[in-house]
Amino acid sequence: MIVAKRKPFDEIKDFLKDYKKVLTAGCGTCVAVCLAGGEKEVAVLNAELDMARRLDDNPIELGAITIERQCDREYLEALDSMVGDYDAVLSLACGAGIQFLAERYPEKPVFPGVDTTFIGVNQDVGWYEERCRSCSSCVLGLTAGICPVTMCAKGLYNGPCGGTNKGSCEISKDQPCAWYMIYERLSKQNRLDNILKITPVQDWQNQKPRTVIQPGYKTSENSAEK
Amino acid sequence: MKSESNLEKVLSAGHFAFTGELGPPRGANAEEVRKKAAFLKGNVDAVNITDNQTAVVRMSSWAASLILIQEGLEPNFQMVCRDRNRLAMQSDILGASTHGIKNMLCLSGDHQSFGDHPMAKSVFDIDSIQLIGMVKQMRDEGIFLSGNKLDEAPKMFIGAAANPFAEPYEWRVLRLAKKIAAGADFIQTQCIYNMDRFREFMKRAVDMGLTEKCYILAGVTPLKSVGMAKYMAGSVPGMDVPDELIERVKGAGKGKAAEEGIKIAVEQIQEFKEMEGVAGVHLMAIEWEHRVPEIAKMAGVLPRPVV
Repeated sequence: MIVAKRKPFDEIKDFLKDYKKVLTAGCGTCVAVCLAGGEKEVAVLNAELDMARRLDDNPIELGAITIERQCDREYLEALDSMVGDYDAVLSLACGAGIQFLAERYPEKPVFPGVDTTFIGVNQDVGWYEERCRSCSSCVLGLTAGICPVTMCAKGLYNGPCGGTNKGSCEISKDQPCAWYMIYERLSKQNRLDNILKITPVQDWQNQKPRTVIQPGYKTSENSAEK
Repeated sequence: MKSESNLEKVLSAGHFAFTGELGPPRGANAEEVRKKAAFLKGNVDAVNITDNQTAVVRMSSWAASLILIQEGLEPNFQMVCRDRNRLAMQSDILGASTHGIKNMLCLSGDHQSFGDHPMAKSVFDIDSIQLIGMVKQMRDEGIFLSGNKLDEAPKMFIGAAANPFAEPYEWRVLRLAKKIAAGADFIQTQCIYNMDRFREFMKRAVDMGLTEKCYILAGVTPLKSVGMAKYMAGSVPGMDVPDELIERVKGAGKGKAAEEGIKIAVEQIQEFKEMEGVAGVHLMAIEWEHRVPEIAKMAGVLPRPVV
């Protein structure tokens, strides 16, 4: 899932200081699962904002709505009848959701309530770890299901480097060396041949905005897939 | 000859090579480079010029390399993958070659979190093995990484690093083989303190025929003090300093640790001269360039061959 964390309260408060009526919009998918931007977090943030603005003698009227996904027009539509009543929208969706919302209401100031952080996994309640940088050319088949682009601090395709340190990365003893793990797992699977070959230079595909149109959905209008 | 560099000539004539290292200054101080270079002149075959080592900003390695050429020394231009993408790398390689730089050492580079700009965005567009292949392709095929033809190939003697001490040990020689397959002409190893482990590493390299394809220079860094020995052992990733070596430096007594460190380095160099597959020594006397002349003399590597 996409993992986000709430922005520092003072930053959010500063965004909204000139607005009297704000709609806080949560998102019910990734950011709700990672406890950053779902219905509960919307309620908590609104309560904090309400109290802080009252203390500042600058009261604010806050609305709340959480839709299934802000990255999907089908669900965003639910906001159409509400947005007009507010001076600004505070979105707790990921960066994609926030942009899609802002694009739908171009006259309305839209602010982010979270910092979108990574594509990751759930290690435990409230504990998430990055696993994917969405590079568009997955090498997990070569590297025993461990991503060197994400998990190696240098993103090396032919590791490990000389800084690997008893199974840890040179940046920290707490950070496992991705290439050490790749070696160990491939070795156990008798697949070391995979990394004996030189992996060639990557054709980076994530250096400009990307579009995906799945086969079967291409039409003459949309077929300019980037 | 691939490059006509002095280092290549020394090695291909079968001499035991002896290279040094110089860290560029943290400022536009050409005099500092000249001062350090003076200690190395005549005592080494080529001088590695480090590239923002430990991710701390310094005078650029190609610029300091040019000062060395002006001073009559041969640089070994180090390039790390951390700070440049493939465009910048290729243009710097062409520029370096144009100005008479004939050796290059291709490295990944320490992570920026070690340095003085820990929040910098790193590049790592390509990795060190891919860099080796890119330089070789530019030199031997006269084409850029893109496949387009270049106008006058850069004649570089291509170097790479090897760390025989980082785990998994079994992988170390295989990684060396990968670097050689990518196009490395010579290797300079990480500082060696664990001689037993290095002997094993070399034996495997010899058995695999790697020393027939590539010159291996053993890395030596004299220990200046007990503190340095402990720091190397505890805080430098991928470094292996056996306890008995730390004890030996400690046992030398107050004010004598540096002399003991030099004595150890000299003993190592003498063993490397006899070790099968070792083609030379790379002496990394970190901020100790002024001690290089005496180390070279004591190790019996002077005078340097004129080829």
